[in-house]
Amino acid sequence: MPAPFQGGRTIIEARGLRRTYTGRGKAVEAVRGVDLSVRAGEIVGFLGPNGAGKTTTLKMLCPLLEPTGGEAVVAGCNLRTDPVGVRRSIGYVSQAGSTAPEARAGEEIVSQARLYGIDTGTAETRARALLADLDLADVWDRPCGSLSGGQRRRLDIVMGLIHQPELVFLDEPSTGLDPQSRANLWTHIRKLRDDMGTTVFLTTHYMDEADALADRILIIDQGGIVAEGTPAELKKRVAGDAVTLTLREPAHADAAAAAAGRLPGADAPAVEGNVVRLHVPEGGAALPHLLAELTRAGIDAIGVEINRPTLDDVFLTLTGRSLRE
Amino acid sequence: MRFLADTWIVFVRAMRLSLRQPLWVAIGLMQPILYLTLFGPLLVPLAATPGFPEGDAWTIFVPGLLVQLGIFGGLFVGFGIIAEWRSGVIERMLVTPASRTALIAGRVLRDVVVLVVQAIVLMGCAWLFGLRITPAAFVLALVMIALLGAAFSSFSYAMGLVTKSEDAFAPLVNSLALPVLLLSGILLPMSLAPDWLQAIANANPFKHIVEAMRAVFRGEVASLIVGLGLGLALALIAAFGWLGARVMARQTR
Repeated sequence: MPAPFQGGRTIIEARGLRRTYTGRGKAVEAVRGVDLSVRAGEIVGFLGPNGAGKTTTLKMLCPLLEPTGGEAVVAGCNLRTDPVGVRRSIGYVSQAGSTAPEARAGEEIVSQARLYGIDTGTAETRARALLADLDLADVWDRPCGSLSGGQRRRLDIVMGLIHQPELVFLDEPSTGLDPQSRANLWTHIRKLRDDMGTTVFLTTHYMDEADALADRILIIDQGGIVAEGTPAELKKRVAGDAVTLTLREPAHADAAAAAAGRLPGADAPAVEGNVVRLHVPEGGAALPHLLAELTRAGIDAIGVEINRPTLDDVFLTLTGRSLRE
Repeated sequence: MRFLADTWIVFVRAMRLSLRQPLWVAIGLMQPILYLTLFGPLLVPLAATPGFPEGDAWTIFVPGLLVQLGIFGGLFVGFGIIAEWRSGVIERMLVTPASRTALIAGRVLRDVVVLVVQAIVLMGCAWLFGLRITPAAFVLALVMIALLGAAFSSFSYAMGLVTKSEDAFAPLVNSLALPVLLLSGILLPMSLAPDWLQAIANANPFKHIVEAMRAVFRGEVASLIVGLGLGLALALIAAFGWLGARVMARQTR
């Protein structure tokens, strides 16, 4: 269960964020008028396919990129008039790396911390604690280039958190992580929110990550936000649960489909041999009624499957395309 | 002041990384040392010929080598910043509140330190070959090398960040380096050149810097030539320093 929001103050307020790249006479609108609002202490998932504009939007809020249009106030500072103020309060972990291969891990972290005004002693203590939390206890003196991909990723995350920012931007944080590290990272992100009240804004193209971590999800496609809400709210917008009914006799399929089609809120069932497929809201509640009716009609159902909608289904409903394309 | 603190942090990190790879420092020094030991002795009998400026072979030749060190040493540091951009180090520093200028200045300061050390070693070798100059000349030469190196280092970082690719950067600096070298009177003084070539060389600020350093080695300190050389070096560092800071700031555009 997500923790209740702390404070309820708005930590990101963006209106009409726009970014156009011009190259060779052609203008590409990577982000076209994004409005978003994030409250302090929540984990927000920015979900969308590759090329949707997630990284560009993130970079504009950091700020690592100047917006072509629009305004934003991040952590109390206006993006255009006080970018340094924004940088002081936020952390950012990029999708690519952030360390020099020949530098030692510990040194890189301390150097980064000092750029935020933290003294060497505090930086080292914090760094060692964070490294231990992310299962990197022995890397202090090792060159960054000698670490595995997953270790380097976690090192990047330590570098983004070393100054204990109140707002952290994570760009595809679990890319390249094995399942164990991923689960570990998720635990750590939740801890950040629960123990320190940190707001986490993460981009991902993994549904399960958005589902598991985010208090709220913003779905972005082709440079614009197409939907927002909690994972549960978003899934409700899809035409319900997918029910797959397998019958003993193919001859009964049409009758079964008719019965299923009469369920409240059901869509037009599809029949394929002895299998009937349809969508119905609250599949778990509707099923007993359906099975009872089929039994009364003498129709034998030999298998039934209910699939809750996934965020990919949500995306498909909203845009007609799959997240994976 | 935020800028000074940030510059120091960037410098310390860069210096630490350089100290761990002394090979590059040694290689940078090798070219002038080879010229000194393998070409220099050929100039000794020539130094008295008419057309050569005042002084013996070493006071004529070594300033040229020092300027060559400053220019080439500075010009090629851009490769380093391209590698840092690619590894994500520049971006991770840009996301901090650190001064954009400090991100360049700290690196330039590291390059100047390395350059000054190389210059001291070079002059030490030259002393073994017979170079004799006053302590004041020694210090003034180091100051000029520091300024020149800082200017070229800033320029190189600016070009590196603009091109962001070794394939684009390498031809750029190579095509600049050779004409500058040839028109500065580094290997042989331009006073030997025909009038038309001398006229072209006079438009090259580095020629005047080399001449200024030759004057310094001869014992002059407050003459016009020295003033011109120093002035040009200061102007170059102002111009290229501004360029470097501006390019770094524009990385977030």
